[in-house]
Amino acid sequence: MNRRVVFPNKLLPYLLVAPQIAITSVFFFWPAFQAVRQSLYRDDPFGFSSRFVGLDNFEMVLSDPAYINSLQVTVVFSLSVAVVALVAALLLAVMADRVVAGKGIYRTLLIWPYAVAPAIAGMLWLFLFSPAMGTLAVMLRDLGIDWNPLLRGDQAMAMVVGAAAWKQISYNFLFFLAGLQAIPKSLIEAAAIDGAGPARRFWTIVFPLLSPTTFFLLVVNTVYAFFDTFGIIHAVTGGGPGKSTETLVYKVYNDGFVNLNLGASSAQSVILMVIVIALTVIQFKYVERRVHYA
Amino acid sequence: MIERRPLGALLAHFILIVGIVIVAFPIYYTFVASTLTTQQIMAPPMPLVPGGHFIENYGGAFAGVATIGGVGVDRLLLNTLVVALAIACGKIVISILSAFAIVFFSFPGRMFFFWMIFITLMLPVEVRILPTYQVIVDLGLIDTYTGLTLPLMASATATFLFRQFFLTIPDELVEAARIDGAGPMRFFRDILLPLSYTNIAALFVILFIYGWTQYLWPLLITNDNNMNTIIIGLRKMISFVDADTQWNLIMAITILAMLPPIAVVVFMQRWFVKGLVETEK
Repeated sequence: MNRRVVFPNKLLPYLLVAPQIAITSVFFFWPAFQAVRQSLYRDDPFGFSSRFVGLDNFEMVLSDPAYINSLQVTVVFSLSVAVVALVAALLLAVMADRVVAGKGIYRTLLIWPYAVAPAIAGMLWLFLFSPAMGTLAVMLRDLGIDWNPLLRGDQAMAMVVGAAAWKQISYNFLFFLAGLQAIPKSLIEAAAIDGAGPARRFWTIVFPLLSPTTFFLLVVNTVYAFFDTFGIIHAVTGGGPGKSTETLVYKVYNDGFVNLNLGASSAQSVILMVIVIALTVIQFKYVERRVHYA
Repeated sequence: MIERRPLGALLAHFILIVGIVIVAFPIYYTFVASTLTTQQIMAPPMPLVPGGHFIENYGGAFAGVATIGGVGVDRLLLNTLVVALAIACGKIVISILSAFAIVFFSFPGRMFFFWMIFITLMLPVEVRILPTYQVIVDLGLIDTYTGLTLPLMASATATFLFRQFFLTIPDELVEAARIDGAGPMRFFRDILLPLSYTNIAALFVILFIYGWTQYLWPLLITNDNNMNTIIIGLRKMISFVDADTQWNLIMAITILAMLPPIAVVVFMQRWFVKGLVETEK
């Protein structure tokens, strides 16, 4: 990344990076450092003093059944969102790649949920499925399903997964379409001449060649489900009923701002940081080099 | 087309249309609800064709019939617009300057700064909410536009995008500029900036949507209803539901809250797709 020709100024480059470094230091590094520090301390109940407790907070958090529950909720939620959003988007992208007429119109009509805020996506699904006024809730009940997401955890989970996956389909669709268009047509033609039908061609040629895109999207979708879906959970279920939709990020927020448990919230933040670092490393190590977009 | 399969093509169109119906249905449903009366909405199943109360509901939303703690929808939309524009423009300015410094100068600490920016990728706001909130409290930035936008302005992805692009600019161009007597800022303004316009447009679309759809941060930073964004305002409206809740107005406001970013995506689609693909690389 070194250029041969550079400008000789001594002071100017520091002035140019200063704004970003200042914001980064004040709002990223200092808080991150504070999170790590607070995770090693515990406040007394009145907030007058705090004492060093080593890794006690981590021990407390990791042995807390509520935290283990929220970890399980997050894994189930993230995997469901990723699988639903990826399968639906792949199906639509393969179809959009096949059609000749109307490709642009289909693309335009499929991408706009990307612009809908997660919290609003959640509200839209709430309108549709709310037991009091949702048309689809009425239809489900007419089908004999005991639909009540306010009382039943699995149904609340299905609702937030639906809203989160719905919003992510457009993103995945665009990347799958780009991936499909990058596959050389000659490969597919050769297989067709050898007598392979569309289904066979898809599974033996297209799908393996798409795997870098799929893997990349899997990581991105997991990160999305972990962090960007806070708005959906907060607006739709508030973590409930019980704690059946309380994800890790929601729990950090809830313990820190609602229950005011600084040490536990900070310890959870640090655990989340470790998860993000792991995901980022995976992304760079395995994805960066292998994904190419034409 | 490898082979002619009219049935296959028909099936593809059919699946795409079903997909679009599913993707569009929640938004269409809300739009229909925004043209009905509360009584019609509250008596499911609701009709699925728009009713005749469009002007009444949207007019009512703006005329201040529905307010959140005495704050009108126009104020909420304005707040959101300010936040989205400030985040988008701020991020672009800050990132393009630091990328310029890192690529076109050689100075002690260059790699250190580069890694410092790079590492922020691993610190999303969600993992450091409490301490960042404390910083904002200490600086007295609660309920200000600065507090709502400044912490979200540092962006590793935007800096990287500009850095990648700057690295493709040939050395000859820089040399030519220097021979002609252009200083670094002149080079930046007259050569680099015009070359970056498409990248800036692509980033702007992505960042505008990012800013508009923020949720956790405005939720923490605003106590005063006057400073709420439209999304936080809506969430407050639907969480204090009682018998008098005017669902028709809530539906209209939901549509208004979705409209600007959707318009940006649809009308700036080319830059949107470019921005999406490039910022993730």
